[in-house]
Amino acid sequence: MANVLVFAESRGGELRKIAFEAVTAARQLADATGGGEVHALVAGAPGIASKVATLGTYGADVVLVAESADFANFAREAIAATIADRAKSGDYRAVVLGFSAQGRDLGPRIAAKLDVPIASDVTEVTASGDALTVKHPGYANKVTLTLAISGSPVVISVRPSAFTARENAKAARVETIAAVAATTPVVTVVEVKEGAKGRPDLGEAPIIISGGRGLKAAENFKLVEDLADAFGNAAVGATRAVTDDGWRPHTDQIGQTGRQVSPQLYIAVGISGAIQHLAGMRTSKTIVAINKDKEAPIFKVADYGIVGDVLEVVPVLTAAVREARKSH
Amino acid sequence: MKIAVCIKRTPDSESRFRIAASGAAIDETGLKFDIDDFASYAVEAALQLNEKAGGGETVVYALGPDSVQESLRKAMSMGVDRAVHLKADAIPADGIAIARALAAELKSGAFDLVLFGKHAFDSSAGVVGTATAEFLGVACVTAASELKVEGGAGTARRELEGAAEMLSFSLPAVVTIDEGVARPRYPSLKGIMAAKKKPLESKPAQLGPVRVTVQKSELPPDRPAGRIIGEGSAAVPELVRLLQTEAKVL
Repeated sequence: MANVLVFAESRGGELRKIAFEAVTAARQLADATGGGEVHALVAGAPGIASKVATLGTYGADVVLVAESADFANFAREAIAATIADRAKSGDYRAVVLGFSAQGRDLGPRIAAKLDVPIASDVTEVTASGDALTVKHPGYANKVTLTLAISGSPVVISVRPSAFTARENAKAARVETIAAVAATTPVVTVVEVKEGAKGRPDLGEAPIIISGGRGLKAAENFKLVEDLADAFGNAAVGATRAVTDDGWRPHTDQIGQTGRQVSPQLYIAVGISGAIQHLAGMRTSKTIVAINKDKEAPIFKVADYGIVGDVLEVVPVLTAAVREARKSH
Repeated sequence: MKIAVCIKRTPDSESRFRIAASGAAIDETGLKFDIDDFASYAVEAALQLNEKAGGGETVVYALGPDSVQESLRKAMSMGVDRAVHLKADAIPADGIAIARALAAELKSGAFDLVLFGKHAFDSSAGVVGTATAEFLGVACVTAASELKVEGGAGTARRELEGAAEMLSFSLPAVVTIDEGVARPRYPSLKGIMAAKKKPLESKPAQLGPVRVTVQKSELPPDRPAGRIIGEGSAAVPELVRLLQTEAKVL
């Protein structure tokens, strides 16, 4: 009966949503491999220990807190060393973390330090006896791969939003562990630039309004912003054509070479639906498309399509959404 | 600078994929293969860095069957000086095994910088670059969206959820390349001719144990066929109704 070690990610002194999802995934894995303990490791600046109690309610039996002033700005080398050190010291079947900006960096470092295999961006974990298999959407979500991963421990990074954080009434024991120093040369964080306030991240937003060339000019992105504001909890995305033209930053790009998202609602505004773009959003729950060309491929995947000029339709939709939300 | 770029050869991402009869892999019949998108940005970034520095050497590496040599030639036709093929029957799904083989090869190369794509289209795992840095024991920036290197040091930007970090690092280093750094050039006719004479060394990859294998490949279920609900702003009330009652997102 082996335990599962899970990295509970934090930033700016707060645990992130992915931390609870990763703990939920770790709980599932521990239960499927004989009911071992889940040990959630938190690495943060001094003071983080006061924020970790909630991890127990998502399935952690033990919370291991490593505090260090260095950890304030994601000291990746030292955090990876701290996680790997802990993984070596205990009987762990797996090290689980999120496939987030932090987890994408930490996962391969930890796997290499431990010289164990890693499965990235996992949406399902199945254990049968000693064998672990995982599902992972490859080929930009066009082919679902089932991977067999052998050895113990293994590193598994889970796709954000793939595991719904589930509460179960349990309290975790909190222990303090030592922060371990980096074992490789480090990169220095010169500055962290916070993005636009008041909008959720594309990977976390329940609603995404996305704009394409059909908007005709950069300044017309205001219509997309307004529609996002009308929903209140929406993020704003863009196609590669638009980010290549500099209308929007590259970080807003949704598509195969940009962000891959699956919100509850995706509204494609003036987007034709190139394969490159579809690869980034086709797993959205509900897709709305507004485009003047009724032959545009976006309409093949849109649950609800409106054929029309976005400059005419979007302001009317924005007003209607505001009205609908007011009446709640 | 002496720069290595590690590339992967992947199928054209715009292809319509089918599953092979074995059920384990995609059917490669009729697919076009090329340097993976992010790896091609890495090749371009390496070329631009050395062009700006006014010298140096750029070496491209790929692990896999003989077919990867075509992609190595293409990188040389873009301007890379020479190529190394690490021969393996297939490209394994185990990123740690690949990283170990690459690190064993790169270790003696005295590279200032080793570039990778942030991940490859097919495996979409993003393991090899960062794990190679760990095996080499050098600094690593995972998924840089901006990169500058001058005088033995570099700066990079890396995207976080809703924020970005500005990083500095010393060489030697590994950097994996995200969207935003460079768009690849097309090989010129002159470049294509020159590439035929550039050295391409082929040797066995030191792969070690492969502990991740693809058991099954499946196409995700199709979305239900799209539905056009109307034209122009007259269709907005119906859309709002559907979002409220059917999709329940409003």
